[in-house]
Amino acid sequence: MEARLRIDRIACDGAGLCAELLPELVRLDEWGYPIVDARPVPEALAGAARDAVRLCPKLALRLAGTVADAA
Amino acid sequence: MTRLLAAATGPDLDAHLRVHGPGPLRGAVRPGQLGPLVEEVAAAGLRGRGGGWFPTSRKMAAVADAVAGAVRSRAPVVVVNAMEGEPLSGKDAHLLDVAPHLVLDGAVLAAEAIGARRVVAAVTGGTLHLRAAERRARGVDPVEVEVRAGPERYLSGQESALVRWINGGPALPSGAVPYEKGVGGRPTLVANAETFAHLALIARRGARWFRSAGSASAPGTALVTVGGDVPSPGVLEVAVGTPVGEVLHAAGVQAPGEGAVLLGGFGGAFLSAGDAAGIPLHPDVLRDAGAALGPGIVSLLAAERCGLAETARIARWMARQGAQQCGPCMFGLPAVASDLEGLAYDGDARALERLHRRLGLLPGRGGCAHPDGTARLIASALAAFRTDVAAHLSGHCLAAVRSMTALQPQNH
Ligand code: SF4
Ligand code: SF4
Repeated sequence: MEARLRIDRIACDGAGLCAELLPELVRLDEWGYPIVDARPVPEALAGAARDAVRLCPKLALRLAGTVADAA
Repeated sequence: MTRLLAAATGPDLDAHLRVHGPGPLRGAVRPGQLGPLVEEVAAAGLRGRGGGWFPTSRKMAAVADAVAGAVRSRAPVVVVNAMEGEPLSGKDAHLLDVAPHLVLDGAVLAAEAIGARRVVAAVTGGTLHLRAAERRARGVDPVEVEVRAGPERYLSGQESALVRWINGGPALPSGAVPYEKGVGGRPTLVANAETFAHLALIARRGARWFRSAGSASAPGTALVTVGGDVPSPGVLEVAVGTPVGEVLHAAGVQAPGEGAVLLGGFGGAFLSAGDAAGIPLHPDVLRDAGAALGPGIVSLLAAERCGLAETARIARWMARQGAQQCGPCMFGLPAVASDLEGLAYDGDARALERLHRRLGLLPGRGGCAHPDGTARLIASALAAFRTDVAAHLSGHCLAAVRSMTALQPQNH
């Protein structure tokens, strides 16, 4: 199943760690809040995306459309 | 085409019962199951009148699914949303004045159909609590009906904000999905007051009757608040799909002329009056046209007014209504409001450039759709008022009237 990055905007604090960990898919707006690539995460970046999700200090980042998400 | 307004019998319970009889109660289903009314509502094609136009039967089914799927099956809750946070809307308050018992009937019938034992009606004022007390004293309803007066803010009618407030929190969006985790953590059906009134008539008259007005994809009638620069503003009821021009005509507008029409309210869109006149008040058609029907708002802005200044004031107001929870909304909305003010008041070309860039970054980046609606409104204004944009950039304003009062929030 294709997974896409999703952000809980209410939880996200805009410190921008995700953009550092995953610059291929996340950039920051002028206030430091993430702009995520809405397309499915390419296979080659799946590991890095999972790391970013795991390391987000606010647990605001997730991969939607994974098996766990559909359950 | 009036149905709700034709069926309205005022606040008196006896008058209501005389005309409509008691609600066709069928007995509550067990939580997690669906009563036959849900099928009738599905066949009727009823869609939510609060602005989302989501199929009501699907919401009901989602609540039942969530109850059935829960570890511990608990009765769901029904919430009547009459918060009417949109400043240009007056239809829910009007409906509660003229047909409060239809709204309450609908909520109680919906509660039975999904096995709910509790209805919470959220209002911002009015006398619905007296109506509910009377029904309670006379034992009309098999479920508990509580009326609560909430804060009058733009966002307090947003579903997750409303549930959060009923649960004792602030009236701010939470991002939670009410049909999964709503009032008291229970699966909760939240629907607009008008939706419940239609439901009460569907329960009595059936799906076929409901479908005999409106369009196949959005059947029935809808209450519409017509305002702005019209001779007779007020609440009308029209078949869904009625052209905007007809609604304006009914409000006394002979020819809308060169003005603009705001459809859907502050989170909706401006269309030039010429473009708007022939367009049907249909949620899907308007969405595809980049506008919105929202809770049924049609406001005329006369050509003498400055559409850019009007929109700048609305944008600033919307920025202040944001819940200060999500960065893109907290910083983005004030920024685009400033850009628009720069364009409207100073003819600043750089502000317009920034505005275009920033508008593209608002949609889909909030915890709720507040930034999306504001972005849509501003983008639509730049298109509908493009000759004004050009004039402002060269230092002129085309408006003959500089007072800007047509579309301003009244009670907020
Ligand atoms: S790492 Fe998490 S909290 Fe930080 S900006 Fe990214 S999504 Fe937001
Ligand atoms: S997008 Fe704005 S209004 Fe919506 S939850 Fe976030 S801060 Fe609140």
